[in-house]
Amino acid sequence: MESDIGLWGVPLAMLGGAIRVSTPFIFVSLGESITERSGRINLGLEGTLVFGAMTAYAIAVVTRSPWLGVLGAAGTGLCFGLFHGWICKFPKVNDIAVGIALMLFGTGLAFFFGKPFIQPSAPGLPAIAFGSWSDIPQVRAALNVNVLFLVGAALAVILWWGFHNTRLGLIVRVVGDSSDAARAMGLNPNLVRLVATGVGGAFAAIGGAYLSLYYPGSWNERLSSGQGLMAVALVIFARWNPLGCFAAALLFGGAGALGPALQSVGVTKGYYLFYAAPYVLTLVIMIATASPGRSLAGAPGELSITK
Amino acid sequence: MAEITSGSLAPAALAAPRARGILEWIARRSEALVIPLAALIAGLGVFSLFLAALGKSPGQFFELMWRGGFGSWFSLQNSLQRASPLLLAALCVALPARLGLVVIGGEGAIVLGGTAAAAVGYWLTGAPAFLVIPAMGLAAMAIGALWIGSIGWLRHARAVNETISSLLMAYIAIALMNHLVEGPLRDPASLNKPSTHPLAAAYRIGNIPGTEVHWGLVLGIIACVFSWVLIEKTRWGFAARIAGGNVRAAQIQGLAVGPLIVGFTALAGSFAGLAGMVEVAAVQGSANASLAAGYGYTGILVAFLARQNPLAIIPVSLLLGGIAAAGGLIQRRMDLPDATVLVLQGMLFITILLSDTFYGRFKIFDPDRWSWGWKERA
Repeated sequence: MESDIGLWGVPLAMLGGAIRVSTPFIFVSLGESITERSGRINLGLEGTLVFGAMTAYAIAVVTRSPWLGVLGAAGTGLCFGLFHGWICKFPKVNDIAVGIALMLFGTGLAFFFGKPFIQPSAPGLPAIAFGSWSDIPQVRAALNVNVLFLVGAALAVILWWGFHNTRLGLIVRVVGDSSDAARAMGLNPNLVRLVATGVGGAFAAIGGAYLSLYYPGSWNERLSSGQGLMAVALVIFARWNPLGCFAAALLFGGAGALGPALQSVGVTKGYYLFYAAPYVLTLVIMIATASPGRSLAGAPGELSITK
Repeated sequence: MAEITSGSLAPAALAAPRARGILEWIARRSEALVIPLAALIAGLGVFSLFLAALGKSPGQFFELMWRGGFGSWFSLQNSLQRASPLLLAALCVALPARLGLVVIGGEGAIVLGGTAAAAVGYWLTGAPAFLVIPAMGLAAMAIGALWIGSIGWLRHARAVNETISSLLMAYIAIALMNHLVEGPLRDPASLNKPSTHPLAAAYRIGNIPGTEVHWGLVLGIIACVFSWVLIEKTRWGFAARIAGGNVRAAQIQGLAVGPLIVGFTALAGSFAGLAGMVEVAAVQGSANASLAAGYGYTGILVAFLARQNPLAIIPVSLLLGGIAAAGGLIQRRMDLPDATVLVLQGMLFITILLSDTFYGRFKIFDPDRWSWGWKERA
């Protein structure tokens, strides 16, 4: 029963990696799916994620409570999202460009305030050991599931159900499909989009909190490698469906775990190329699922990116 | 470019039609200058509040920024040096923007251009410099054109969103550069910081005589002027502006939108690639991870501040180059983290985008709505 499982380590490490790496993708893409369903696109979630990671880490260092950190991160994410929503309500302001600006601003601000927190260590988020039945350390490692992953999975189901079965879900979808129809129903599209962008920002920041408080579990300026941005592409791939977002996030997590998994079994050549796997996968999926002349199935009608 | 204003067509019976014509021309033209300047000042104002809230002196900040960026010949040269990659990186955003595309992955073309230039410079060791340096430039421009041009092609042929794909391609480019620099192209002598073989001294780009500023600045300015002429004075530029306004209308007019998009994005990418080559040949001396220094991202800000106008990119690059040049001084004297410059850039970016909403709102810029007697009633 020695732990020599050879090449089986690769798929096992990828499974574990998929669960570990996917959580930020799940939160960012669920948040973005709410925002995009309301007809706006927030490309600034990358900045929100980094700022959320910094806030969560800083609060956890000071208060020694990781959950307060997650809460604080969600608060700052809400602020970033509301800020984006507020700016975009002005006529002629381009929501994609504002997203890029907020991406730079959020990361800049996170580096600015995060400098003193690079050194101290914060308490991490707890994980549940689903693999305790096994004697194989790799299996145990792969099935050590963080609580936030489970929360994200539950949220995906709730959102999927909620979009189609609740009044709130209907409001968001109407606003996203046609501002005129929404106004005719007596809804204020700008207000709905403001709230939807705010909630999306809060979700993205929780994804950031996971990065700094669990995996990789530290705060530094190279913490995020574009997860916030890939998640936006992932929402399009998932056709704005929360369950699709969850599945796509797992797929991306698996791709992201490919590099470290191969390294762990001794493949050292060209591992930089394997680190590019999630980006290549995103790009390939975008190319495969986009098509000219035909609007995407399930796309919110007011979304600037698909117009 | 001077359009015929309504003033110059008005009857000569009015007191000073010529003077009014000039005034109207100034009014129409000044909107594009006054609003960005006001936004810039507002952005600096917000940043001052930010500093004040942290207990730092905004006055000292601006004084140091002036001293470190523009106040002396020494600091001005430093700013010009830092402005030169920004010129080319900003063109990578501004050219596609005229077609209505938001391409933000110039960083990828920069790192690959620099890597290609370093590889070519090494492979051609021994050949005369007047051949090798242009070959390095061409290789860098070719890979940049291929990289960003393919984003344009994907946009046109497959409707793949160019903003996201360009950024993904930037990450892929950086991974590719890391792979090449640590693997096939690595100089075994570079231990701590994997790099390509250093360029022979003859293949380095020197400084403009009498200055400490390398020739990349001149290349950048030429590229900006060239792009301005292309957009404003040629039929391709005209076609691009129409397509940027409304793709359907352009297609109905019989314009070949596909070649326009691919051509403009490829040209944009070639400029970014050239920026990478200059970075290698004038500054670094070899290709390594320092190539991904964020010029591509600052270039986005420059292009938006310049409102995608290639000529306006020149002063805006100098301004942001100056801010970057003063960054070190500000950091040391005011005990601020090095991300301060990023925060300032972000604030400027947001205020400039917010200012978009003010176009067409002020009567003073629109002679047709003037009400103090200048405008003759029909």
